This record gives sequence, structure tokens and C-alpha cells, in this order.
Amino acid sequence: MLRAIRHKSIHPAFCAFRAFSSAAKEMTVRDALNSALDEEMSADPKVFLMGEEVGEYQGAYKITKGLLDKYGPERVLDTPITEAGFAGIGVGAAYYGLRPVVEFMTFNFSMQAIDHIINSAAKSYYMSAGQISVPIVFRGPNGAAAGVGAQHSQCYAAWFAACPGLKVLTPYSSEDARGLLKAAIRDPDPVVFLENELLYGELFPVSAEVLDSSFCLPIGKAKIEREGKDVTITAYSKMVGYALKAADILAKEGISAEVINLRSIRPLDRSTINASVRKTNRLVTVEESFPQHGVGAEICTSVVEESFGYLDAPVERIAGADVPMPYAANLERMAVPQVEDIVRAAKRTCHRSVPLAATA
Amino acid sequence: MSLSATKFVHPITTPPTSRSSDKPLFSTFFGSNHTKLRFNKPIVAAQRRSSSAASTSFSPVVAVSSDVVKEKKLKSASNLLITKEEGLVLYEDMILGRFFEDMCAQMYYRGKMFGFVHLYNGQEAVSTGFIKLLKKEDYVVSTYRDHVHALSKGVPAREVMSELFGKATGCCRGQGGSMHMFSKEYNLLGGFAFIGEGIPVATGAAFSSKYRREVLKEPGADEVTLAFFGDGTCNNGQFYECLNMAALWKLPIVFVVENNLWAIGMSHLRATSDPQIWKKGPAFGMPGVHVDGMDVLKVREVAKEAIERARRGEGPTLVECETYRFRGHSLADPDELRDPAEKAHYAGRDPITAFKKYLFDNKLASEQELKAIDKKIDELLDDAVEFADESPLPPRSQLLENVFADPKGFGIGADGKYRCEDPKFTQGTAHV
Ligand SMILES: Cc1ncc(C[n+]2csc(CCOP(=O)(O)OP(=O)(O)O)c2C)c(N)n1
Ligand SMILES: [Mg+2]
Repeated sequence: MLRAIRHKSIHPAFCAFRAFSSAAKEMTVRDALNSALDEEMSADPKVFLMGEEVGEYQGAYKITKGLLDKYGPERVLDTPITEAGFAGIGVGAAYYGLRPVVEFMTFNFSMQAIDHIINSAAKSYYMSAGQISVPIVFRGPNGAAAGVGAQHSQCYAAWFAACPGLKVLTPYSSEDARGLLKAAIRDPDPVVFLENELLYGELFPVSAEVLDSSFCLPIGKAKIEREGKDVTITAYSKMVGYALKAADILAKEGISAEVINLRSIRPLDRSTINASVRKTNRLVTVEESFPQHGVGAEICTSVVEESFGYLDAPVERIAGADVPMPYAANLERMAVPQVEDIVRAAKRTCHRSVPLAATA
Repeated sequence: MSLSATKFVHPITTPPTSRSSDKPLFSTFFGSNHTKLRFNKPIVAAQRRSSSAASTSFSPVVAVSSDVVKEKKLKSASNLLITKEEGLVLYEDMILGRFFEDMCAQMYYRGKMFGFVHLYNGQEAVSTGFIKLLKKEDYVVSTYRDHVHALSKGVPAREVMSELFGKATGCCRGQGGSMHMFSKEYNLLGGFAFIGEGIPVATGAAFSSKYRREVLKEPGADEVTLAFFGDGTCNNGQFYECLNMAALWKLPIVFVVENNLWAIGMSHLRATSDPQIWKKGPAFGMPGVHVDGMDVLKVREVAKEAIERARRGEGPTLVECETYRFRGHSLADPDELRDPAEKAHYAGRDPITAFKKYLFDNKLASEQELKAIDKKIDELLDDAVEFADESPLPPRSQLLENVFADPKGFGIGADGKYRCEDPKFTQGTAHV
């Protein structure tokens, strides 16, 4: 089901590119990531890649394709299957001046390396009173994939975003992928860079600016993908596409939705979110991961704290079901947010006559 | 690879022995009679980019057959390792494994199963050689490549197939999937998708047997646990942590490494500093054995000794089985890195073909008997597919079940019903 939706979707994101002079070219997210890695490696010899199958296999999802040939095995390192070991080695290398980009074949496997991400990478700058910075990027696909069951299908955005010392980025489009990955590699702090397997093959228009090797996006800045006036929908990663799709449907019914692509989960762009809510007076948050203590919960808190008086309706939080991901396709579909869920929730915020679903 | 002057110290019984790389190494398996079983040197894939990869080759190693087997051999006039009945059981189990996986490939391409499906073709002698020696009470812990371990352990093909179809009649009601087979009835403890993860879980199962026997004084608690995992997994820390604890606490476990030389596209020789995995056993105080994993009888011989040793309370064993997978890593793997010559070499050592020949050569089975088994398995699998196809999908109410053994407060409404049974549930958000 996920796939069907993905292939059908025509990205209304196109209109958002008017900020750039031209939108002549298209690029997949995969190529965007690959070209960003390539350019940053060529610009800075301290940048190197390590992870499982990043070299000879060209990446489990082919993100590192061609880089071994171009930069050699000294800078594109195939590691054994030892996440705790190689993540820690990456951190150690970053302490002493290198700029490692560590690929997790999927972020699920980062659980075996979490000690180094949290304890060695995120806390060192603080513990050393600013003496040791850790310019490392942990990247790889995150979130629900299709048909792979509970252990391979989970979004870790909220987990990492709960940790001081980490920056957490969630690209959606090719523009995001290029601009944010370059920013992550150049950043002096540890960055957790959460990609999405189901987006890798998607084509997005890219402007000449985006294709320029100097292109870089600011960390901590959300992007308004689509302007609207009736309801604000926040989303990140694959869910941005769903939110845009929902906005299309809502537009046909006379509801103008503003879609915010968060881009960065930590730092969270509270001012863009609050400014939008103050304009639309309604908020729907969308995320693929578990509802409890999630990204949506944080956004709701921020809006309640800063813009409570502007809200015309209770906020609506769309999230995955509060269960490990089931394998069976019909249950899997029920466990992750669908475009219809977003549409329904947005309508509820606009017309209070639509009955509220049983509340959590 | 230079192994010269490596001191090889067996921690339990034997005095230190030194050896050089070109001398056969005698493993010090308990009760061993040092029968040599030589293995072909695996073909070393051409080192494409060998900055760090040493040009390694395996030195000849020796697995050791047991006194138990020897005794039996002497008693048996024909000098055979198995009886006819045993032979047919082993053949049937290997055929079941092979045909089941072939059927999975077909069903995957027809869209009946999805996600990552990792097939076991080529490695059947390991599953059959080990698991067919177990009692139902013994535990098996597997990886994502788990269908055939489940079948060997006795989980009905219908239930495994149905699980793969994502149906309510599957062994985990469609909740687990290909990589997560569990069966309490058959003591199959998973189905773990993360590298290394199954090893501590298996060690914990072995711990529970020992605890029940020694602390809870349950006299019958003599179960043995088999942990199956791959060569690539032996580079993960959890492997070493558990070798240590299993030896330290003398746990009834056998660590079974299915060394198929590859971890997805990573050659074993590029991934590990010393490719002889079995050698890590003695380093931690347990016997390490290398066996031809394409020969079900050799596997069985080694398995028997290791399992009996565990059951006697004498502790763990590490067994490295040299094997090969005949298909890609998963059905999604383009499998472009393995040398065709290497594939051909191992295809020539197909464990089923070899065992068939053994059965014929020793007049243990006729062509017709084996054909009849093939036919029986074909029918069994047709039935399994039909059963899976016709089985119902898991109902919506199943979505929230089984998250907790005691679900009070989680997804349960005031009326005691699961919230997703509430008709209003789908009107709203996916969360509950
Ligand atoms: C912690 C973790 N990291 C990475 C993976 C991805 N992965 C799945 S199978 C595999 C290779 C395993 O190779 P091996 O242990 O030799 O077993 P085989 O597949 O050959 O049976 C990898 C890297 C994983 N499942 N878990
Ligand atoms: Mg392997």
C-alpha cells in the first residue's frame, strides 16, 4: 500500500521551488545524497565514509555508488558487521580532527551503536568543556520500510532528538537531501541524518542553485512547502509527501492547508511553526513513529506554550500505531499514517462537526 | 596468512601445542579420536582492492569425530554412519528445506510474500545435521535466515508458509514475518533480524536450563540450546561476550557458525583478521571444531558429540560449518560480487546431491524411495501454499494485541475492549 501511494503521488512540492530561479532538472534523492557525499569528499580530504557494504557493494541502497572507485578504499571503508565498534571508531576519529560519515545500513542497527552516539559523540563537547568537538555524521535510512516486520521498521527521530548534543536532520526532497547532508558534514557537531528508504528512488525538481557545489541548507530551519491559511500541517521525511497530498485533497474541498517540512527535528524551528499556527489557528502534526513522547508531542507543547491563545481547535496528532510494526500487509497499513488520516484530522480542526475519533 | 608460532592452548584438557600454518591442527574436542576430515580450501575471491585485506587462505584444519561414533562404527558390520531409517529422515528434512525455499522464491515473485526473504539453499546439511538430533524440548535460536531451522525443528510447513503470506494461521499470526519465526511449542526462540542478537538470547536459554536443573532442582531440565548464525556475525562483539560467559558458566549450548563465506557482499576474508572462526572456541575455554558443512553426516557426527557434551553438563562448543548459500543474500540481492567460479565450486558440493550419492553407494536407499520422498514433499508444499493462500488475513482487532502480556492501560478502553475494535477508531488518527 505504501508503495502504491508513493508511486501515484505527484509532488505538489513543485510549486514550492518558485523561490529558485529555475526548476529545469530533476534528481532522485539517492543521487542527491550521492552527489553531496561526493562533493564534500572532494572538497575536504578529512571526510571519509565507513559502514557495512558502502564500498564494493556500492551501498546496500546504492547511496555510495561510485565513491570507492573515485576515492579508494582508504576513504571508503567497508566495515565488518560491528556497529558498536565502527561507530565508536568514527567518534574517536572525529575527536582527533577527521570528519567521518558513518553509514548505518538502516538506523535500526544503530541501536547496537547507541552508546557511542549518545555517550561518546553527543556528550564529549560538554564534558570536555568545549575542548573536544565531534564533527561526525551518522546517516542511513530510518522509519517504516515495507513488509520487513517489527525490527526493521521503526522511526528513531524522537529517540535521537531527545538527546542534548545531537543535531537531528530529516530530509524529504532531493533539495533537502543535498543541502542538509552538506550542512551536516560541514557542521562541527554530531549529526544524526535520518533518510528514508522509500524516498531514495523519488524524483524531485532541483534548481541550478541546488545543484551548485556550494549549496548548503541551514540546520534548524524548517521549510514551508506549501502556503495556506486554514490549517498548519507539520511533517518530516516521507510524511511531508503525504501531507502535501492531503493538502491537495483538502484544497479541492475548500480548505487551504499550510504544509511545513520540518527538515530539522533538533534544533526544532519553533518560530516557523508558531508563526504558521498564529496565522492558521489550527495544527495537525504528522509523524510515522510512535505517538508517545514523540515529535508531535514536542510541537504541540511548543504551540501550547507560545501560541495557546491563537488556537481555534484542539491540535491533532497523527502518528504510527502504538505497537511494534506488524508484518502482515493489511496490519502494516493500519499501523502507519495514511493520507486519509491527515485529511480527516485537518477537516476536524476546521469543522468541529466532524466527530472526533476516540481520543487517546 | 602467517600463523606461524601461534601458541594453541587448549584451556581444559590438553597441554599447549604449537603449530605452524601448514600442519594440520587437531582440535581438542572432548573424547576425540582425532580422525582427520580434510576440507577443500575455499576459493579465495580475487582481492579487488586489497588495502587492508590480507591475501589469506585457510590452513588445513581438522574436525574430530567422537568415540561414540567410532564405537558405533565398530559395532556396525557395514561400517556405516547411519541406519537406513536415519538416512531417509535426513534426506527428507534436507529436501523439505530445499523445496520449501524454492517455493518461497516463487511466491515472493508472485507477490504473496514481501519484504526481505533470506533463503537457505545450499546450507541444508547444517540445519538437518544438527537439529534432527534434538529433542522437542531443546531450543533453537536462529537469525533472519530462519525458515529451514523452523522446519527442521518441526514447525509445520503450513504454519511457516502462512506466516510468510502474512496470514492469521501463521506460526506468529502474521505478526512476525520471514525474519521472525517463533514457536513456543517447538522451542524455536526466533527469528532475530539483527546481527549477533540471537547469540545472547540463546545463551540465556541455555542459562535457564542450567538454572532450572541446579537451582530449581528440576531433574529433567537437560535441554540443549543451539545458536545458529553466520560468519559475518562472528565479527560482532556479542559473539565474543557470549563465548566467554557460556564457557565461564559451563552452559549447555552449541554455537553453530554457518560460514557461507559471505555477509551480503562482504567476503569473510575481507571482514575478519583471522578467518578460522572455530579457533575462537579454545581461546575462550571451549572446544572449537571445523566441519564440512556440505556433508550432512560429518555435521551430524560433530553435532552429536557437541550436543551430548552440553547435555552432560560439560559446557559449550563452537562449531564452524563450512557451507555456501546458493542464492543471493536475500531475494532482493543482485548477488554481483561472488565469483562464478566460486559458486560453481560449491554447486558441485551440493549437500543433497552428495548425500543422495552416499545413500545409493551404500545401498541405503533406492531411486524410487527418494523419488517418493520428493513427491511427498512436493505435495506437502502444495498443500502448505494452498493453506496459506486460503487462510484469512489477520483481523483488524489483532493490531493492538500482544504488545503486552498484561495490556491493562494500553490500547484498552474502559469497557475492556481493544480500542481498535471501537468503530470510531478508523475515523481518526492511527494512534490509539
Ligand atoms: C546489527 C545489524 N547490522 C546489520 C545488519 C544487516 N545485515 C543483515 S544480514 C547481514 C550479513 C550477515 O552475514 P552472515 O552473518 O555471514 O550471515 P548470512 O547472511 O551469510 O547467513 C547484514 C550485514 C543487521 N541485520 N543487523
Ligand atoms: Mg555468511
